[in-house]
Amino acid sequence: MRLTSDEVRHIAALARVAMTDDEVERMCGELSDILGHFDTLQQVDTTGAEPTGHSAGLETVMREDIADASTPRDDILANAPRSEDGFIRVRAVLE
Amino acid sequence: MALELSDLTIGQAGDLLAQGDLTSTELTRAVLDRIATVEERTKAFVTVTETLAMEQAEAADRRIQAGDARPLTGIPMSLKDNMSTRGVVTTCSSRMLENFVPTYDATVVRRLYGEGAVMVGKGNLDEFAMGSSTENSAFHPTHNPWDLDRAPGGSSGGPAAAVSAGEAVYSLGSDTGGSIRQPAGFCGVVGLKPTYGLVSRYGLIAFASSLDQIGPITRDVTDAAIVMNAIAGYDRRDSTSIDYSLPDYTQALAKDVRGLRIGVPGEYFVDGMESGVESAVREAIRVLGDLGAIVEETSLPHTPQALAVYYIIAPSEASANLARYDGVKYGYSAKDASSMWDALEKTRQEGFGPEVKRRIMLGTYALSAGYYDAYYLKAQRVRTIIRQEFEEAFQKFDVLVTPTSPSVAFKLGEKTKDPMAMYLNDIFTQPANIAGVPAISVQGGMVDGLPVGLQFTASHMQEEKLLRIAHAYEQATEWHRLRPKI
Repeated sequence: MRLTSDEVRHIAALARVAMTDDEVERMCGELSDILGHFDTLQQVDTTGAEPTGHSAGLETVMREDIADASTPRDDILANAPRSEDGFIRVRAVLE
Repeated sequence: MALELSDLTIGQAGDLLAQGDLTSTELTRAVLDRIATVEERTKAFVTVTETLAMEQAEAADRRIQAGDARPLTGIPMSLKDNMSTRGVVTTCSSRMLENFVPTYDATVVRRLYGEGAVMVGKGNLDEFAMGSSTENSAFHPTHNPWDLDRAPGGSSGGPAAAVSAGEAVYSLGSDTGGSIRQPAGFCGVVGLKPTYGLVSRYGLIAFASSLDQIGPITRDVTDAAIVMNAIAGYDRRDSTSIDYSLPDYTQALAKDVRGLRIGVPGEYFVDGMESGVESAVREAIRVLGDLGAIVEETSLPHTPQALAVYYIIAPSEASANLARYDGVKYGYSAKDASSMWDALEKTRQEGFGPEVKRRIMLGTYALSAGYYDAYYLKAQRVRTIIRQEFEEAFQKFDVLVTPTSPSVAFKLGEKTKDPMAMYLNDIFTQPANIAGVPAISVQGGMVDGLPVGLQFTASHMQEEKLLRIAHAYEQATEWHRLRPKI
């Protein structure tokens, strides 16, 4: 099975990654090749095998609600591409 | 030949520091000098933290003087550059995080600093730990100290090359599908991937959360035990951390292997692997038999499916984990954009390299409507079967012995054009991550001047068995004493 360029563009849109036409073409070939190797899984009989999410078998943990020191605002803002008056500046969501 | 200071193990350096025959300042200076000499050839680091290292060395010397030293006090180490270090840029070898300065230390970093460790720098990796050669670094490839035309392996290629070349006494790496063990094998050093949940990942920049684990890269097995004593243990900040009563891992080194049951799974000796690797591993197995271990052939029939399981699960989790890189709160942000969506898509187009995009695309596809059952859910079910196969094997055997990789270090550029050829490097290391079990790679021979990785795998929380057999093998052979001539 070979992915079409429309399918690759659809996945790229879901993943929010812009792509040039060249990138889309290359991705069609590479992803199709890799996915072809995954067909081997369809031959495995998984009747009765529950899915494993991760191997530690842990439950979600809760912690006590105790106030703790938070990260200084300026340290966080120092990494923000755009900030203003102590806030992170974002682009307009509604146009 | 006098031993160079930069070639000392943690154990050797610790003895000299304790006896007052060496100061941490002298040792750290020697390692920094070594970096200054060889780094332009190895390119093991993204960032060298000379000022910080000398400050930490001076503090360590004061601590040693005060009689308050721990086994890692004053010993220079490097960290893979996907572990958060407060105030020190942490890049993941990605344009996306080229200028990112974490606001806190990862738990493993906090623990090492608490021991009085000295950090000489942040090691190069494949971007976001995705790769097997360190060629996917956005900045530069790392070169194998044994042959500079060859890859050091990956993704922890920088940390492994640094330990091999004398640019750090030990390193911490991370291992999602072999990223500690494969480069350790390629560089002729020791690499341990602990049981999933044994070492906290808090502050490790996430790749595939159900597989990622931090572990030591060292010059010998004793050092791996010493580092494990410092970094293992419960952390409430990592929800997958296991609350477990920890042993003193160095105690495991005292035991021999007489009566230890060793399984040799036939699926790890495949067509197409290098004959030199197979014969080195067979010879190592003979040595273990001579030492009194009970060796028996066995089978893990679903091993060939591990690659597909890994390359569905890891990219799926990565596609979710890397959704956070949107150019808003931190990291690279596209300059010219017409709207919020345009900015988001361009930021990710320009900030991520080709392999990271490939994996995000693969994972998004595997999780998307219509394909989820056929890919992701199916992979999770086969994962259960692989895990159960290991559980059954460990009812019969204490340890499994295999090659770490099907080949020795390959040439830089040899596999970069074909993603699938690169992926096949990890076929012997991925099963341990899929099952969550611990595995260690040690120096198991040489083929044409290049190290061969010998891998031991044990059941959950059986690191002591791994260290015991690896140490017994090391004591019986001389491979671990070899150093590259660089």
